Amino acid sequence: MSLPAVISLSVRDLYRWYANGDHWRGSQGIPHRLEEHVAMSLAVVLSALLIGLPIGLLIGHTNRGAVVGVNLANIGRAIPSFAILVIGAQLFHIGAKPAFLALLALAIPPIVTNASVGIREVDPDVREAAKGMGMTGWQMLRRVEIPLAIPLIMAGVRTAGVQVVATATLAAVVAWGGLGRYIIDGIGQQDSGQLLGGAVLVVILSLSTEIGLGAAQRALTPAGLRHQGSAMPGAAVVAVEAKEVEKFAPAS
Amino acid sequence: MGGNSLLADVGQQWLRWSYVTQSSHRILDALRQHVELTAVAVAIGLAISLPLGLAAWRYRRLAAPILGMAGVLYTIPALALFALLVPITGLTRTTAEVGLVSYTLLILVRNVTAGLDAVPPEIREAARGMGMTPARQLFRIDFPLAVPAIVAGIRIATVTTIGLVTVTALIGQNSLGQLIYSGLNNQDRTPVTVGAGLSVALAVAADLSLIGLQRIITPWARRPRTA
Repeated sequence: MSLPAVISLSVRDLYRWYANGDHWRGSQGIPHRLEEHVAMSLAVVLSALLIGLPIGLLIGHTNRGAVVGVNLANIGRAIPSFAILVIGAQLFHIGAKPAFLALLALAIPPIVTNASVGIREVDPDVREAAKGMGMTGWQMLRRVEIPLAIPLIMAGVRTAGVQVVATATLAAVVAWGGLGRYIIDGIGQQDSGQLLGGAVLVVILSLSTEIGLGAAQRALTPAGLRHQGSAMPGAAVVAVEAKEVEKFAPAS
Repeated sequence: MGGNSLLADVGQQWLRWSYVTQSSHRILDALRQHVELTAVAVAIGLAISLPLGLAAWRYRRLAAPILGMAGVLYTIPALALFALLVPITGLTRTTAEVGLVSYTLLILVRNVTAGLDAVPPEIREAARGMGMTPARQLFRIDFPLAVPAIVAGIRIATVTTIGLVTVTALIGQNSLGQLIYSGLNNQDRTPVTVGAGLSVALAVAADLSLIGLQRIITPWARRPRTA
């Protein structure tokens, strides 16, 4: 079959799948699957913030445990999220519980790393000035270091959020719901309408998450630091990787 | 009943050596396919990213659209991207590779431009003063000096790809991910441990080899500590 023919057939399948009213109702319906996906992602990211942010701020502020933290994060990157999900399913049986815990394990490292790097990168002169003004450690963290680290802290939230939404799609393999259900079932049942319908919904949700969190990052960034945030997709990943690149740049 | 609980007990063990010895052929095959899928994806990704990164660096107006497109591809979850490709290329290795390549682009393009950006202007000035043509300057000065940043990008892209390859099991491709997937389906922990463990080991080994490679091809970067 020629490519245009394949595409027109796919578009027809896609249209039929969305046009079927049954796909918009009940516990298998699009609204319910979308709600599951969003509710799970929100719960994971908020829990990850609750756990990861204090750790990251502490590491950055005290400058202790930074090496351990960064190395743990690097090892974390090497463990496939698919494996984490499956191991979660074997430890806690299938369903929402392993999905939540596996996603949480993925979301915490970027939040910890970004928060600690953000705090550590605060200009020493600024810190010196704050100390000179008689600020206590706690005041300095709250009024100087955190505001200056907000762009990177939010980059961490953005990376974690996008990763969680993406990996929640995979959680359908451990028998959880969410939008990934349609893709996994579409492959299993050789139903291209369901497969493509699910994929398009996942793409829309992922891009909305990336763009939404990018906008939040910009909105929360203090006016004087605005140039650091970008709403472009992938910008958060690039911002942190760029810091790693600087270490390798040729010396002038 | 008794037979079932015995089976369940076997599946509960995280590592059975009998599985490793009996399935060694299958494990090695999965490892080989994993390496192949990764190597092809990173190589094609680099072949696309070098000219794209150069274009984004040379013509600033192209930087936003190029990085934007790569960013969109990077944001789309792997499973969704594979699903979108299935009607065109089927449950094949091509589908897997197209998806994997598209994830490397953002990281590689960005590092190529960052590397070229970091070349000190004085060196470029000196090269022009020596009468180098722009093409010669690009290949003799700019690219070599950008190598550390490009290798840094290849390292991140490789480690990321090794993880993503496991997902290709869901579209029927053989890799260490297939071991993990079979463990899930058969309620057997050992193949999951083996697949995940080898995947991490592969990522670490690839990362260390790339660091070594970089040291070999950029001897000038090994400056003595006391200068």
